[in-house]
Amino acid sequence: MKPPRFEYHAPSTVDETCALLASLEDAKVLAGGQSLMPLLNFRLARPAHLVDINRIGGLDRIYERDRGVAVQALARQAAVEDSELVASVCPLLSAAVRLVAHRVIRNRGTVCGSIAHADPASELPAVLLALGGHVVARSKRGERKIEAGGLFAGVFETSIAPDELLVEAWFPKSPKPFAIFEESRRHGDFALAGVVRAGDTLALFGVAPTPVLADAKDPSRGLQPSSDLEATPEFRLHLVRALTLKAFAA
Amino acid sequence: MTTRWFGERVQRAEDDRLLRGKGRFTDDIDDGALESVLVRSPYAHARIRSIEVGAARMLPGVFAVYTAKDLPFGETDLPILIPHPNLTHGRTQRCLASEVVRYAGEAVAFVVAESRAIAEDAAELVDVDYEPLPVVITPEAAARADHLVHDDVPGNVAAEMVQEKGNVAAALESAPRRKRFHFRYERGAASPMEARAVWARWSDDERKLTVYDSTQSPTSIRGGLAVLFGLPESQVEVIAPDVGGGFGPKIMLFYPDELLVPYAAVHLGRPVKWTEDRQEHFTAVNQERGQVHEVEVGYDDEGHVLALDDDFIHDGGAYTPYGIILPIITAGQVPGPYRVPNYRVRFRDMYTNATPTSPYRGAGRPHACFVMERTLDAIAADIGIDRAEVRRRNLIQPDEFPYDVGVGWQDGNTVVYDSGNYPKLLETALEKLGPRPAGENIGMGLGMYVEGTGVGPYEGAHVQVLVSGKVVAATGIPSQGQAHATVWAQVVADELGVDVRDVEVTGGDTRRFPWGVGTFASRGAVTAGNAMHVAARMVADKAKKIAADHLEADPADLELAGGAVRVKGSPQRGIPLAAVAVLSNPVRYAFGGGTEAATQFTPRARPGPPLADGEEPGLEATGYFSPAGSAWASGCHAAWLRIDPKTYRLEILKYVVVHDCGKVINPMVVEGQIEGGVAQGIGGAFYERLAYDSDGQLRNASFMEFLMPYSTEIPQIEIEHIETPSPLNPLGVKGVGEAGVIPVGAVIASGIEDALGIPITEMPLSPLKLYELSTSASTSTSTR
Amino acid sequence: MRINGFDHYPPQDARRLLSDYLRHDVGLTGTHVGCEHGVCGCCTILLNGAPVRSCLMLAVQAEGHEVTTIEGLAPDGEPLHAVQQAFHECHGLQCGFCTPGFVMSVVGLLAQHPHPTDEEIDEGIAGNLCRCTGYASIRRAVRRAAELSR
Ligand SMILES: Cc1cc2nc3c(=O)[nH]c(=O)nc-3n(C[C@H](O)[C@H](O)[C@H](O)COP(=O)(O)OP(=O)(O)OC[C@H]3O[C@@H](n4cnc5c(N)ncnc54)[C@H](O)[C@@H]3O)c2cc1C
Ligand code: FES
Ligand code: FES
Repeated sequence: MKPPRFEYHAPSTVDETCALLASLEDAKVLAGGQSLMPLLNFRLARPAHLVDINRIGGLDRIYERDRGVAVQALARQAAVEDSELVASVCPLLSAAVRLVAHRVIRNRGTVCGSIAHADPASELPAVLLALGGHVVARSKRGERKIEAGGLFAGVFETSIAPDELLVEAWFPKSPKPFAIFEESRRHGDFALAGVVRAGDTLALFGVAPTPVLADAKDPSRGLQPSSDLEATPEFRLHLVRALTLKAFAA
Repeated sequence: MTTRWFGERVQRAEDDRLLRGKGRFTDDIDDGALESVLVRSPYAHARIRSIEVGAARMLPGVFAVYTAKDLPFGETDLPILIPHPNLTHGRTQRCLASEVVRYAGEAVAFVVAESRAIAEDAAELVDVDYEPLPVVITPEAAARADHLVHDDVPGNVAAEMVQEKGNVAAALESAPRRKRFHFRYERGAASPMEARAVWARWSDDERKLTVYDSTQSPTSIRGGLAVLFGLPESQVEVIAPDVGGGFGPKIMLFYPDELLVPYAAVHLGRPVKWTEDRQEHFTAVNQERGQVHEVEVGYDDEGHVLALDDDFIHDGGAYTPYGIILPIITAGQVPGPYRVPNYRVRFRDMYTNATPTSPYRGAGRPHACFVMERTLDAIAADIGIDRAEVRRRNLIQPDEFPYDVGVGWQDGNTVVYDSGNYPKLLETALEKLGPRPAGENIGMGLGMYVEGTGVGPYEGAHVQVLVSGKVVAATGIPSQGQAHATVWAQVVADELGVDVRDVEVTGGDTRRFPWGVGTFASRGAVTAGNAMHVAARMVADKAKKIAADHLEADPADLELAGGAVRVKGSPQRGIPLAAVAVLSNPVRYAFGGGTEAATQFTPRARPGPPLADGEEPGLEATGYFSPAGSAWASGCHAAWLRIDPKTYRLEILKYVVVHDCGKVINPMVVEGQIEGGVAQGIGGAFYERLAYDSDGQLRNASFMEFLMPYSTEIPQIEIEHIETPSPLNPLGVKGVGEAGVIPVGAVIASGIEDALGIPITEMPLSPLKLYELSTSASTSTSTR
Repeated sequence: MRINGFDHYPPQDARRLLSDYLRHDVGLTGTHVGCEHGVCGCCTILLNGAPVRSCLMLAVQAEGHEVTTIEGLAPDGEPLHAVQQAFHECHGLQCGFCTPGFVMSVVGLLAQHPHPTDEEIDEGIAGNLCRCTGYASIRRAVRRAAELSR
């Protein structure tokens, strides 16, 4: 379980990063490494180039804009968890980030990395979707805004292009009431199924290739969840219905 | 007043080192060692058409790539460790497979390189051409025998054994009530936090092989390597340094690496090491627990068991290196602490295309306990009595010991319980558990067990008082966290009347003590603990003899206390042990350390030659202990638990353990063993499983998916000790290493059945499993 | 890279994991490796004072940063750090393989919550696996460490 060979790059600015991403064949961005490093160690990911963005200065801000919070690419999940700004503007995000893994993982893992990684069972993409947030992607071609609704394309797939760097994620102010509930096997594990409520909007995770919006009255309609060792499609739908009831009972 | 260390919560001698990061685990040893990797079969069953290693050998940084044909022992089958007449079709693997692989993870080639990363690069270049063969993956499939794991083993049956006490057929026939059950227990994994590792160096100058191995049995590894390399045992040193948890699978030998690493070290003339990674650990290291039981019980209207018939198949895996110890233990332990006047047990040990099995903490007992405890719960439900009451009515009473169960045991004797007080265990546990907590979906789990601990053949110990007055003690068995360095010191300190901190213990290092067997089967305290006691007493006797000459007293009037040998009743008349140590070795040259007291012109207390006939120099002794039979520990676990009716999440509200491991040397250590055992049991009952698919692939070979519990999943555990000393050893101790884990599956099953009202007949469980059982139960309630 | 207060040569190979660099290049073998995929926590170290997994970092990434390993908590010959002492007193370790990772996580936990509640304790150690202790004694050790740190 040692990483395969790769070429390592550690740019110090966003522009330099975009230039590298534009010129390198088969490059991967390395942020917190909490998903990418295990994949490398298992040799399940074998990029020719690793572009480590951790040396970029000033890319770890969490700030208020447009009545929401923007979380930059190097803001660690732990920083978001501890942020008073996030707690006051987007408490849903504060609550959600606490469900991600464990503190030691969150000390390194980034919110943007979690979104870019797009694990279907991951909390933060569903939160972004429920809130109707967006991300900002930068490349040599320029900067563009991608709405959450158009971001998640499939299991571990997003509409971020290989030459693009996700520079920040923007989460609108949480409406009331809000809630996030999930069922995971152990504390800190990825969810078997989960629900995010933001006002009257409901987003689900763990039950489809991407996070999905659903109707609170019939949350499991049209879903065809996958099956794995810990949950069958039926069990996932059962859980989603139970968790939705709980979220909307509040 | 003399302090007695036995029974005290003495804090551990090993902690300081481990806490400072100065522990010494096998992978910590470096000395310029080359690193290595095993190329493993991705197929569960396949014929090897060819192995191409040219490209791997060419990779810069690679030192060697070995396949079976490159090894002098490449055609040798690895040994069957415990042969048994009923093991009619024993089969073992070869170090590296060259013809057929029979489980995913079986080793086919060995790569040695500058670093593990390069070795892994090279391993990817080893090109093996496999022809996949049909896979047999569950014990049931093995019994159907549509396909064979070994062409020459008909029906996939490695061994079959039938034992009977009384007349089961007749007793069942005449029993007022009868019930049949089908119980299933899946495979599990020990998963110590340190995977396995081996480091070896060959010294050509000294013609000496030195091996560090994370094994539970360095003495056996040494014996095996001496045979393999044709060396006298004195030229082979095997050391199990700090070992990061064992729990059974590290008692297995030889894993291929245990031969390949020393071989490569000799062949390449460089130290070589191999450190297993977590992914390969999942399939390369032995597993356990897969069994399927068909049970019939006959009982009367009061719930007394009259006859029990158990016919089970055991998932042996692809090979039987460990013989049939596991099903033998299961067969011997099904009746547990209960009277079963008529008992018949048949087992068949089945080959499957999965990793071989050998003992994992509990070793055949969790399943045995599950069978009996589930059966008793069903009897209680049937006749409408309380689940504690049915146990009460069937327990063996304190005046019935020794109690002969009437079937064979793993040491070649029969199962005979030496001592215990089972009713007291039950009543104490019930009392500690307290009343049913308020709320819905709450169930009571209850389970009792016995455990035959301390199997032989023997262990030994060497104890020596140094001229400094400090004491060193050594035994052949290594520790994997059981605090041997502390508890052996307690035993020795008591005999020698010294401070426990003045006793330094070494275990698992053949340079210090070359004889013995290993750490397994809850045997350390019984075998090595008593050997320490024997050796220390011999040293004490010797000290008294020497001191008696010096003090002009009768040895019988002397005692060892306060670091001195002194006259009972007049403690001021004495001689420090350090001085006795000096006197024990008559010297010509005073080399320091007070040895001038033992030179030839110093007045001597005794006429005649300095060493009388039969005397040996040095205040030291080697002692052995070989038990006459197993010391039977026992216990009762009880729990209140809750299952969330929507999510089927398990919440353990209270968990009580009352156990009897005879005399307790160190309650703190024993409690640690039990807490850890229960946690491992909870993991195995509700979180962990080994998920093999029909192709024989393990689908969850990572800690992301093999769900070992974190602290958030494990409750506080309340423990009470009850002591019925074993009459079979001088210390009166019984083993406790495995105890914690044994009844947990049965307890969780019992509690969940009570909480949800659905019959539980299998292990492990999970929310998904409970959801499925509940939904199928609610759609077919009429058939229940 | 500064490790336990001393400067060290940078790693030679970009794919060297920080855990392997510490263990095999620097010789600080107190940091253990149990899974190399971030779950077990045996490899936990402090990076600029905060606990992180050293198996999920490349050694080159730690260049210019402050690394503390278990060996850095209490220099040789000095008394144990409060967390180490508490683990000793409460029998918070058996085989000791998981222990350095736990100790480093708990150092991080107590920095964040000097007086942790039971829930914060469970939360704080829930990223570390121990196969020996069943965690009860580790929870006690965290409580004791908080007391000793006062
Ligand atoms: C034990 C453990 C438990 C975990 N449990 C959970 C959990 O319960 N829930 C959960 O959601 N996650 C969990 N995670 C994953 C964790 O949250 C990761 O941190 C997160 O998914 C990825 O963030 P990162 O910064 O570490 O990204 P990295 O691992 O560095 O990268 C992940 C992927 O995203 C890409 N990427 C990262 N940043 C950018 C960027 N700025 N622009 C473009 N691409 C980018 C990378 O190229 C890579 O493909 C767990 C991880 C571990 C080790
Ligand atoms: S080795 Fe790093 S978390 Fe397991
Ligand atoms: S003490 Fe052995 S794994 Fe924790």
